[in-house]
Amino acid sequence: MTDSGLRARSPLEGATLAIDSTSTLGIRELPFLVQVGLRADPADEPLMSRLTTVLGARPPTDPNTTSISEDGTNQVLWLGPDEWLVLGEPGTAGALESKLRSALDAAAGAVVDLSANRTAISVSGPRARESLAFGCAIDLEPPAFGPGRCAQTLLARANVIIVPVGPADEPAFRILVRPSFAGYLATWLVDAAVGLD
Amino acid sequence: MLLVPCPHCGPRDETEFKYGGQAGIAHPADPESLTDAEWLDYLFLRDNPKGPWRERWVHTAGCRRWFDVTRDTLTNEFGDIGG
Ligand SMILES: [Zn+2]
Repeated sequence: MTDSGLRARSPLEGATLAIDSTSTLGIRELPFLVQVGLRADPADEPLMSRLTTVLGARPPTDPNTTSISEDGTNQVLWLGPDEWLVLGEPGTAGALESKLRSALDAAAGAVVDLSANRTAISVSGPRARESLAFGCAIDLEPPAFGPGRCAQTLLARANVIIVPVGPADEPAFRILVRPSFAGYLATWLVDAAVGLD
Repeated sequence: MLLVPCPHCGPRDETEFKYGGQAGIAHPADPESLTDAEWLDYLFLRDNPKGPWRERWVHTAGCRRWFDVTRDTLTNEFGDIGG
């Protein structure tokens, strides 16, 4: 893309995400997180094992759980009984999409690059959970909600996918949110962090 | 606020859902053969019981799946989930 002079801009580029310097809460954008939507029949065992092979992780069938590839590069989020969102490192969308598509082969299903559909905001720090709880009705405490889980829900009335990462005593959350809501949600998060003090 | 039992995600706030009305209303197999009165019945007329009935919900802010559930219209208590 450098040839054309075009440069990708993430939805929160230039946004002010700083809280005052004493805050232990970290809010930052994780720009260009790769997200590939996957639809497949979980009862189709040959298909599921082909998908498991290319992902290095089996798409989870327990609602609101995730699986992570052995090398840690891909995380597969359960979004529905036959729907997942595969997360990957920036720049890997094309490769991920084509290997999933070849695994899907002629089976009914879908593989779609949705990377631009949502951006990711990282919220970390000892009081990260508390700050999210200001605007989120679901139970964010482990064991109900710890590593290996995910949830599609409302955060400050915005549709989000929340993915907890990190150990229970030092929680961090990835919040996936639509670009048009990202600025609002980031502002809300900063405001909620201020409310913690 | 109601706590609606999604068969996949478990109990979630009502604000995560849209309501779908009475469950089990089948689309007419042969719509062209329906009389006006039958169309009226299919499109608009619903039961209105005092007590348990089956209704539809969709978990729009969650798994985005439709499901049927029993709810008591008098107490708002939910019962059997499924369908
Ligand atoms: Zn649900």
